[in-house]
Amino acid sequence: MIKNRAAAIAGAAILASAIAAQQPPRIISIIPAVTEMLFAIGAGPHVVAVGTFDDYPPEVRSLERVGALLDPDLERILALKPDLVTVYASQTDLRQQLERAGIPTFEYEHAGLADVMATIRTLGARVGRVEQAEGLAAAIDRDLDAIGKKVAGRRRPRTLLVIGREALAIRGIYASGGVGFLHDMLSVAGGENIFADVKRQSVQATAELIIARRPEVIVELRAGDIPAAQQKKEIAAWGRLTSVPAVASARVYFLTDPRTVVPGPRIAEGTGLIARTLHPEAFK
Amino acid sequence: MRSIRQRILIVSAGFGGLAAASIVLAPLVGSTTIDLARALDRSVPFSENTDAQILFIARLPRTLAGAMVGGALASAGVVFQGLLRNPLATPFTLGVSAGAALGAMLAITFGWTFGWLGIPAIPAASFAGSISAVTIVYGLARARHGGLSTNVLLLAGVTLNAFFSALILFVQFLADFTDLYRMLRWLVGDLDVASYQPLATALPLLLVSLAVFAWLARPLNLLSLGPDAAHTHGIDVRQAQRAAFFSASLATGAAVSIAGPIGFVGIVVPHLVRLLVGADHRVVLPASVLFGAAFLVCCDVVGRTLIAPVEIPVGVITAIIGGPFFLWLLLRRG
Repeated sequence: MIKNRAAAIAGAAILASAIAAQQPPRIISIIPAVTEMLFAIGAGPHVVAVGTFDDYPPEVRSLERVGALLDPDLERILALKPDLVTVYASQTDLRQQLERAGIPTFEYEHAGLADVMATIRTLGARVGRVEQAEGLAAAIDRDLDAIGKKVAGRRRPRTLLVIGREALAIRGIYASGGVGFLHDMLSVAGGENIFADVKRQSVQATAELIIARRPEVIVELRAGDIPAAQQKKEIAAWGRLTSVPAVASARVYFLTDPRTVVPGPRIAEGTGLIARTLHPEAFK
Repeated sequence: MRSIRQRILIVSAGFGGLAAASIVLAPLVGSTTIDLARALDRSVPFSENTDAQILFIARLPRTLAGAMVGGALASAGVVFQGLLRNPLATPFTLGVSAGAALGAMLAITFGWTFGWLGIPAIPAASFAGSISAVTIVYGLARARHGGLSTNVLLLAGVTLNAFFSALILFVQFLADFTDLYRMLRWLVGDLDVASYQPLATALPLLLVSLAVFAWLARPLNLLSLGPDAAHTHGIDVRQAQRAAFFSASLATGAAVSIAGPIGFVGIVVPHLVRLLVGADHRVVLPASVLFGAAFLVCCDVVGRTLIAPVEIPVGVITAIIGGPFFLWLLLRRG
């Protein structure tokens, strides 16, 4: 709480200095999840530039782009004279450069599902929108609870949550491990992660591990426009692993909705999509 | 003094036994435990037999991939070292792997999903990339000399490696960061093929290369005396060099298309084999094929069991063994 209050004071200070200068605060967000949060708590009009991968809400599509995690464009960021820049915690160089230029930063790190709400609250305090942030975080919590209640009491299928693999082959598979927001979403959605015991955000899953752990459902998260025919072919690629229950019972799914992979304000909707996939009968 | 035939037989039998033992034993261990009796039980339908699927879909193709890739890279290393008359040459010195890597990176970045003759995009693109690299290096080496100058070959290869690496960095820069993990994973090398199809595709290419290697053994022995000496012994130097260059490049390209550029096998194995059996290519080549196969299969067993269920890519294991070995070789030579 103290931390939040300090952040609130700092946020108020940013706003105060902007008001004193008769200018609205200028925010740059190069993190899609945080950009969504800023718009969702009503700070959208203050966002002057976003990152390469931002595409929601639609308003951001007309904004200037200033790079992303690996290639932030410091020069353009400085030229836009921001009052606040959101950066990934791992972007230590960028943070130091901005600090030297006297520009405050907001540090962000992908973590668990609860951290999404925590980030929204801290961000709200930082940009002087405590109430809106509180409201949004509470609403997401409520929605997640509602999903949890819908699937409560149902058998939790052992699920493999795939976040990447080679095209048309059961190779180079990355799956969600036992920590992180994807694992938490799966858990809320009523699934049992087959890699819950691996305490990492992602696991490089070999064919052997997948056959041995016998997932009952395979969900592939692939944000993007993948034609239905291509999805069908990709799902067919699992066909060789006939002893895997998910393959035998044709419970391999593609979710291409970006809401499932952006840990922002739409995370409850994304969780809902996974829940509907695992427990279609609960949502009839 | 034994005749050369006897030596080839004895050495091949010895290393062949080692390779056979590792290929038979490696599928029995892994990141999970399986019930071998159940895996081989024909009364359980294969589609429901988890143990059998682990054995035949996960482990066996993987072991065979290790044997093929290890044998190919090790013997290609011998041929490149003989051709370039440089003990530090590797199958990747002349840019084959950089070309393959560029192809694979393009396939990953642009999400190519086409299949070519049933071969998925990434191995197809990597093989096409290695063929382009080979063609460019050969063209450069010929343009300067008419014949094949090994110095020009080396320079062209090293330059092409650097240039392709720059292009790879550029392609990686264009990629979405979720693809970067897959690129890194490909570059480290990985044998988890989970299918016999890539092996069946690469096998004919490898067999052609091995047949040429068998023919090359004597010319390589004479080439090690220098091109002029080889010529006086009645060797068509240019023809031998060309055969060595293309066959070793083909073997390397095929191996890399299966498993990515697994490093150090092509240098560690040839030198270990020479330490054991001497420098005669007629003995070194078959011994390297067999020992390379055993070596990579064993490295992969270590990689998939050491910290299971998390797996260490085999390329990391070979690099950990190979790096210090390479330095030792360099110091010993100096």
